Amino acid sequence: MSHWLPRTYLALVYLLLYVPIAVLVVFSFNDSRTGYEWGGLSLRWYEALFDNRAMVRAMWNSLWLALSAATVSTLIGALTALALHRYRFRGKQILNGMLFVVMMSPEIVLAISLLALFLLVGMQLGYVSLLLAHVTFCLPFVVITVMARLSGFDERLPEAARDLGASDFVMTRTVLIPVIMPALLAGWLLGFTLSLDDVVVSTFVSGPTYEILPLRIYSMVRVGLKPEVNALGTLLLVFSLVMLILSQWILLRSRR
Amino acid sequence: MNQTLLSLRSLSKQFDGKSILDSLDLDIYDGEFLTLLGPSGCGKTTLLRLMAGFEHPDAGSITLAGQDLTHTAPEHRPLNTVFQNYALFPHMTVFDNVAYGLKMEKRPKEEIRQRVEEALAMVQLEDFAGRKPHQLSGGQQQRVAIARAVVKRPKVLLLDEPLSALDYKLRRTMQVELKRLQRELGITFVFVTHDQEEALSMSDRVVVLKDGLIQQLGTPREVYERPANLFTARFVGETNFFPGHVDRANGDETITVDVFGLKRTFRKPDFPVSEGQPLHVLLRPEDIRVLAPDDADGVPGKVVERNYKGSTLDSVIHLADGTEVLASEFFDEDDPAFDYRLGEPVRVSWVDGWEWLLPQEGEPEQEAATDA
Repeated sequence: MSHWLPRTYLALVYLLLYVPIAVLVVFSFNDSRTGYEWGGLSLRWYEALFDNRAMVRAMWNSLWLALSAATVSTLIGALTALALHRYRFRGKQILNGMLFVVMMSPEIVLAISLLALFLLVGMQLGYVSLLLAHVTFCLPFVVITVMARLSGFDERLPEAARDLGASDFVMTRTVLIPVIMPALLAGWLLGFTLSLDDVVVSTFVSGPTYEILPLRIYSMVRVGLKPEVNALGTLLLVFSLVMLILSQWILLRSRR
Repeated sequence: MNQTLLSLRSLSKQFDGKSILDSLDLDIYDGEFLTLLGPSGCGKTTLLRLMAGFEHPDAGSITLAGQDLTHTAPEHRPLNTVFQNYALFPHMTVFDNVAYGLKMEKRPKEEIRQRVEEALAMVQLEDFAGRKPHQLSGGQQQRVAIARAVVKRPKVLLLDEPLSALDYKLRRTMQVELKRLQRELGITFVFVTHDQEEALSMSDRVVVLKDGLIQQLGTPREVYERPANLFTARFVGETNFFPGHVDRANGDETITVDVFGLKRTFRKPDFPVSEGQPLHVLLRPEDIRVLAPDDADGVPGKVVERNYKGSTLDSVIHLADGTEVLASEFFDEDDPAFDYRLGEPVRVSWVDGWEWLLPQEGEPEQEAATDA
């Protein structure tokens, strides 16, 4: 009797979370034009999706943006984490805290301030403005992921490498980077997914020349929910799941 | 014949305004096994890190066979280090770990393979070349660390408490193995430890350090039998300190000292003595003789603790004035008097000539004797 209530409550919560997603996946294979009746199994919405040239271009744009944003933020983030970890300098705590401010502040605030900045310097809104914005919000996540790995890093390893004849540069290449590689990959994946599904910041800083997927979807659903969107949602869901599993697998493997 | 290889001159080092080493001089001989011994914080690890080049001295110089190394980067010093927690590269196999230093020297592949195999054979790990460090036991990791450091044939091998993470039995085995390696390779070893037993059993010479100052430099025997001061006497082994005072000086050879009312004649110490001067009479537990209560010799006391140690019988005896005496006697099964009961009255004496005299030191002794 006493188990009945909490279990029902939990089931309800999970149903609310997962039923819409399940419905979306199921209806993406629905051969009916309307979203509330079952017309048999079909892949027609997937075909329609890939026939839509604007949609495919937005998809490629998004992928390219996510790739470049993740790569740039991993490069900068890794160097930042190394500096914060390795050196003691004035203002280190402030710099560290500022990363958290970017992470915690509402996205809309970041979006508005970035837009204001781009307008102020007269930058054309498009790929570059999107890239800068995405790197900005991905950066703290990369830094924190890499710093976590570095905190467990044996300080004697660089010394051992130097002792055996490696210069600082060679030591970094042969010891430091290989050891923190899992964190770099995890940080990159995190940045990639964050960039791929960002709507708020992108809405503000994108221009007509460079349309990206989340914004394309948003404008599609404004004029009515087309079944194509279900197909697209399913593809994104599968893609995110694969990325999630991949990043967890990398982290687990490195933690032997 | 003892040729100086590594010469340290007035080395000083401070961290955050705190002096760790204070104008330290030390000559390390070619081919010797030198141990830096001291409690934690005495500066022994800092001294080793200065030699390796991980730290830079605030003042002073380091020369190796006439070549000034004071400001040379660690990668350009012909010295290699075995780290306390081994610091093996976790992402490389045992082979690649050992090969790392040779790859840095850009040696031909074939030579690298051969030398790595030799080094692994030397530490009996030939069959583990393909393993990763985390697949090895602590003792095996330790041996990889040693192989990795000696494969470069350094002039000096620096070892920073390399055995402290191993259990007692393995530590003893590794001590023997390190000694063997040192003999076979003929490399100078500088070994850091806080374990005085380890220092005594392995070294040619021991440097006793405290607060960044050398307390004594000598062979293990000198350090143990003729400690230079109270700190060394306390730190190295267990010691009974008996209060005495000079009763009379008998010419240049001997003095008579009053200990617990006994008038004993001792060799004259190196430091100047005058009549009535208080001094410490040091006796190691194994120098003490426990006699029957009706014996004419010795001071009366009573047994308060007995520890059977297998080859020896260790007792704690309280004298009438409360002084605690540690005695360690070898078994003599034929001696019926050997087996005392707790609380039994006995008399304590020692063999004349085995004592060691030290003058009173100015400062009050606040540190407790270090346990063995």
